[in-house]
Amino acid sequence: MVKQGVAPDELTKPFWDAANQGRLEMQNCSACNRLQNPPLPACSQCKSADNLVWKVMSGKGKIYNYGVVYDCPVRLLQQDQPFNLAVITLDDDPGIQMYSHLPGTPVDDVPVGAAVEVIFEETANGQKVPEWRVVA
Amino acid sequence: MTTEHAPASMYRTTEGLGVWEHKGKVAAVGIGHSPTTRRWDGTAANTMGANSIFALRQAIEDAGVDPADIDGLVLDPVTTTGAHWPEDQEIPMDVVNAYNTTDDPLDGIAKLSAEWILKNMPELTNVKFTMYGMGCMSHAIVVAAQAVGEGRTHTCLVLKSWHNLEGRYNQSGISATDTVPGTFAMSPGRTLWGAPGSYGTALQFAEYCRKYGKSHDMMAPFMANSRRNGLMFPEGYWAQHRPEALTEEDYLNARWIAKPASLFDNDIPIMVSGAYLFTTAERAKDMKQKPVYILNHASSRGAQRSILPTLDEVEAETAETGRKIYEGAGITAADLSFENMYDGFSLFHQFHLEGLRFRGMQNGDALDFYQTDISIEGPNPVLPSGGNIGSGRSRFWMHTDCIQQIQGRAGARQITGVKPEIGVSGGPMPMGGNFTVWSASPD
Repeated sequence: MVKQGVAPDELTKPFWDAANQGRLEMQNCSACNRLQNPPLPACSQCKSADNLVWKVMSGKGKIYNYGVVYDCPVRLLQQDQPFNLAVITLDDDPGIQMYSHLPGTPVDDVPVGAAVEVIFEETANGQKVPEWRVVA
Repeated sequence: MTTEHAPASMYRTTEGLGVWEHKGKVAAVGIGHSPTTRRWDGTAANTMGANSIFALRQAIEDAGVDPADIDGLVLDPVTTTGAHWPEDQEIPMDVVNAYNTTDDPLDGIAKLSAEWILKNMPELTNVKFTMYGMGCMSHAIVVAAQAVGEGRTHTCLVLKSWHNLEGRYNQSGISATDTVPGTFAMSPGRTLWGAPGSYGTALQFAEYCRKYGKSHDMMAPFMANSRRNGLMFPEGYWAQHRPEALTEEDYLNARWIAKPASLFDNDIPIMVSGAYLFTTAERAKDMKQKPVYILNHASSRGAQRSILPTLDEVEAETAETGRKIYEGAGITAADLSFENMYDGFSLFHQFHLEGLRFRGMQNGDALDFYQTDISIEGPNPVLPSGGNIGSGRSRFWMHTDCIQQIQGRAGARQITGVKPEIGVSGGPMPMGGNFTVWSASPD
């Protein structure tokens, strides 16, 4: 399952660079001590851009929820339908979510609440993207 | 005339504002709709702009107002159902030039300015106030109601139009590219992960079912009832083009889009325009139709912590919305005769219903409520308009229905199980929308 390639931009470049190096990093406001995803130009709580830094995550999480995509708008993924599309919450902060196709998990047989760990997959242009795999 | 977007101050977004200062002083009188079509046929006669003019003139005629008495126009300039004019596609100038033009050739075809309307409706000679209520009809209604209340306009047209073009929904543009920008890839919605439009709602519904022990099958009576009501809505798409009942079996056998959202849980994108004429309660008395008074408008502006709203976030937001609706109108849930909250996607209607505490409902109750009599003949009419599910994507059938029900002009769809005195409509999303309370009485 090859995802669309990603062209990192100014806001998200640290995230994508870290992924290429096998690290999961999240934007964190050091003043509020609060993670946020997706990344934003300013902290969603204190509204300041001055204290945003990128913080390395543990790469551990849980499956919070999922759906099964049968009619996907993205051309590159249509050949892989149906596929799981799950929401993962990070153990570092369960309020922070990420998407996952849950590679290795059978379609519509998703253990909600199960522990997952991050892996990194190459997209169509070679940029790596964080993915999640159920911990055996 | 320069048309501005409505300032944030025109929306009532917080609790504790008390009863709306213009309660009962603004009324809806006239209604107009264009015919519906699935997509634009490429002709000048059937552009979104043409539909807009048709609907506006019908609303004026319906109210029995001299066009020269109209001094306001509020509309949503964004008209896409998800279809955007392809950058490499030539704009048909014969169609553009069939109308009085603005400096944007797509004006009247794939977007809509107040300037375009005024250039093409020469009978509107005295419009001094124009404003954009961007998002959908629910936004425009709130802005127009507030504008009439504040005295910025006394006789105001409210318009929402939709264009739909060839091609599958949301499958062109960035969905068809090999590479996406980094920020886009990390944003909610359509990303490199391939989520269809209904995916987020489907996940909230899945969480709801797990928490409360419910199932997708329990939606079937609601869906059948919505299509039934839609087929009694002669202005709607299904009634005009595909008068087919939706049985519970049809619903249960439908293909999945983003399981647990199936085909029928998604509304069908169409071309249509809808218009209303709002005025002061005083002036409304002399118009052709019975006034329907606005008791309150309220808006929600919820923000989720991360990518998708959780069930807890949705339920907190809809409960707050319900409280704001009642506070500003000076009523309670017990005063509602019926509800017409948004339904496109069907799988979030229960969040709106439970937030309203309609008929005493608490979180987790709605799907059981759907198994009872929710018809227009019963004591608890749910979505008598049939909504987007019953009549196609307009996001305004619910408003039209509230006005028509209270005026006694809903035809075969007229509620008989209760006397329709106070109704509420609005949306779109549980986490963000605009809501209006309509009443037969100004008090």
